[in-house]
Amino acid sequence: MTERASSASDGADAVGFGEPLVEIQNVSKHFPNEEGMFSWLSFNRDADGLPIETGREWVRAVEDVSFTIRKGETLGLVGESGCGKSTLARTILRLLEPTEGSIYFKGTDLADLSGERLRNTRKDIQMIFQDPQSSLDPRMKVGKIVEEPMQAHGMLDSEGRAARAQELLEKVGLDPQHYNRYPHAFSGGQRQRINLARALSVNPDFIVCDEPVSALDVSIQAQVLNTMRDLQKEFGLTYLFIAHDLSVIRHISDRVAVMYLGQLVELADKQELFENPTHPYTQALLDSIPVPDPRADGHRGVLEGDVPSPIDPPSGCRFRTRCPELITPAEYDLTDAEWERVRSFMRHVKRRDFTETDPDALSQRYFDGQIPSGDAGDKVSAAIDDIAADDWDAAAERLQNAFAEQSICAREEPDYEVDPEYGADRHTVACHLCRE
Amino acid sequence: MSAPLLRVDDLQVQFFTEDGVVRAVDGISFDVREGELVGLVGESGAGKSVAVSAIMRLVESPGRIVGGHIEFKGETLIEVERGDDGESYRTDATIPDGELRERIRGREIAIIFQDPMESLNPVFTVGGQLREFIELNRDLSEEDAREEAVRMLREVGIPEAAARYDDYPHQFSGGMRQRVLIAMALACEPALIIADEPTTALDVTVEAQILDLVDELQERYDTSFVWVTHDMGVVAEICDRVNVMYLGEIVEQAPVDDLFYDTQHPYTEALLDSVPRPDETVEELNPIKGVMPEAINPPAGCRFHTRCPDAREACKTTNPDCRDVTDGVTEHRAACIKHDAFETTYEGSPPLETGSGGGFDVSLSGGETDD
Repeated sequence: MTERASSASDGADAVGFGEPLVEIQNVSKHFPNEEGMFSWLSFNRDADGLPIETGREWVRAVEDVSFTIRKGETLGLVGESGCGKSTLARTILRLLEPTEGSIYFKGTDLADLSGERLRNTRKDIQMIFQDPQSSLDPRMKVGKIVEEPMQAHGMLDSEGRAARAQELLEKVGLDPQHYNRYPHAFSGGQRQRINLARALSVNPDFIVCDEPVSALDVSIQAQVLNTMRDLQKEFGLTYLFIAHDLSVIRHISDRVAVMYLGQLVELADKQELFENPTHPYTQALLDSIPVPDPRADGHRGVLEGDVPSPIDPPSGCRFRTRCPELITPAEYDLTDAEWERVRSFMRHVKRRDFTETDPDALSQRYFDGQIPSGDAGDKVSAAIDDIAADDWDAAAERLQNAFAEQSICAREEPDYEVDPEYGADRHTVACHLCRE
Repeated sequence: MSAPLLRVDDLQVQFFTEDGVVRAVDGISFDVREGELVGLVGESGAGKSVAVSAIMRLVESPGRIVGGHIEFKGETLIEVERGDDGESYRTDATIPDGELRERIRGREIAIIFQDPMESLNPVFTVGGQLREFIELNRDLSEEDAREEAVRMLREVGIPEAAARYDDYPHQFSGGMRQRVLIAMALACEPALIIADEPTTALDVTVEAQILDLVDELQERYDTSFVWVTHDMGVVAEICDRVNVMYLGEIVEQAPVDDLFYDTQHPYTEALLDSVPRPDETVEELNPIKGVMPEAINPPAGCRFHTRCPDAREACKTTNPDCRDVTDGVTEHRAACIKHDAFETTYEGSPPLETGSGGGFDVSLSGGETDD
């Protein structure tokens, strides 16, 4: 490969393998819910005086995320759609400005950089997107596409660039003869290879891959993943690999971070995370993947409900509204079985998925006729009376306030570290179950 | 064994495009029995979706069903024969369009598509659409249909069903829209539901919710399913029997356990090898070499021979049918001449060099070749 082009951040190249290359510290990114000139004005008929209110709603896409990516590793970032993975990736690339927090690349705060120095640093950080089709200009030949970043960064002369482009095409598994073809002549997998060649052209240290294989068929996926791995070994690349598919993450990552509703819930070594998942969300996620083996244990973990809105996320642990292991509020003296029933009842009332209103029948159905004694029982009975009076909202609210909001899960943000069972890497879990 | 609920026999669908005739589905046969969940699996471009839309005669121009016979509950949904002039025509046994629309579609056979947003009308409320569907197909009064619609929404797990009845599709999440479509499909208690990649666009946790719901509903209503998917994980979880498609043909047909543990076709095997596993760490993936050829110009002989690790000279000339290859205890069919059931020259035939340098040959769609 050609020698490293000199970079402005000379000396910073001294980052050794395994040392932190990218550090993300308390990064948050909030977006205004609506764009537009008057979006901060809203109409409220019931207000005193002027029926107009000011103030924007903010979508808290990423909230207080910190982690480190080490040189030479692949950090897998996994989460469901809308959890803020891509926003985080774009913030790391400084395509978006973080609302709060800092991102250090080779020890330099990216926010401090501007102009020429930012441009030079950008050369070391590249990105590959999900859709290989729309990230290639259909009117540009493949060779030119690969050369463009080099041109933008003033690398090599035109002959040198052409030679390098051909070399790279070969490296990513394409025929260098295809230098003069247009993207439409290539299949999806091959287009993603072109994207890889383009990203590699400026000799980056760090590549952010945002769902690079999720648009591809399985057999093609495997080809591209293998190539990405080979390239990583050859060029000493560091990947931040974003995907929603846990099988792919398991295949490619060294360490894995799990995101839910804008926050990291668990971060650990790959084997540790898959063999010893500790956060209930990670467990649910792992249990939901269909395993390609008909003799696998038939247990399918099913999470209740939908992801809440990031505009007004739940207090404390953001997963608590769907968590199957919500912790019993300390002030009630409930057995595990009783707490289980109370939560099930609370969930059904909130979802209003039954039509029964008779108090005795309800108590029979959800509590086996044995409503817990004491304070907790009184509140359950009151809620049952609300339902008998057909006031569902009051019942739901009463239960929420009496139980869900009293749990430690609703009151404190969790942040714990557990001893790993596999490997020696730190294993952080944002769940109050780890508080002892 | 009782007669199958649905029988598809030698179905052929072709698309007449400017560039030539695309044989999207080329002579496939399979059946679905009562209460059974049959999978149709393959990569994109294999012809899965075209095959299932043909069952309901929903193939759109320039596509046409040019041959085959589809029978449902003893009635002929379609029968196409080739006349003496070479033109294909529907036989008289085929039930007329109007009758198919009124009696079969929605009532007897329902279909669920991948993208729920496209199947729901964005300018009508969710409940309204469901109510109308029930009203028309079940001859209920508006009042009763409304009640039934709310009941169905609750049944498929929509929270606060009565309140969400008046919401518009965009106010629902993807998973909930898919639930609405399932409610709509179930509303007439059809005997067969065709599900075309219904969970592909959904997150895994939502997918698990939907698969769970399907399990539960299938138990309750004993509905049969044809489930189209590309995900071997989903196949393993829910299917009773599986058909594997490659380039418009069925290459293997087996009960789900046999498909995974007694794989008989090299394509199925390669497909299973190339999937990363969620439950174990696989060091090196074994991708299938090359890309699927275009259906407009499929390879001669066995269509998979260009990418097959077991290919031999004989595979270039023989295009095997899908026939029983095991001892006959279970029904297990495969279309590969390496099996004894095919009396060919495979044994003595020299192996083919496949793979073309890691499989990255690019062929231009214009027909230019690179050899």
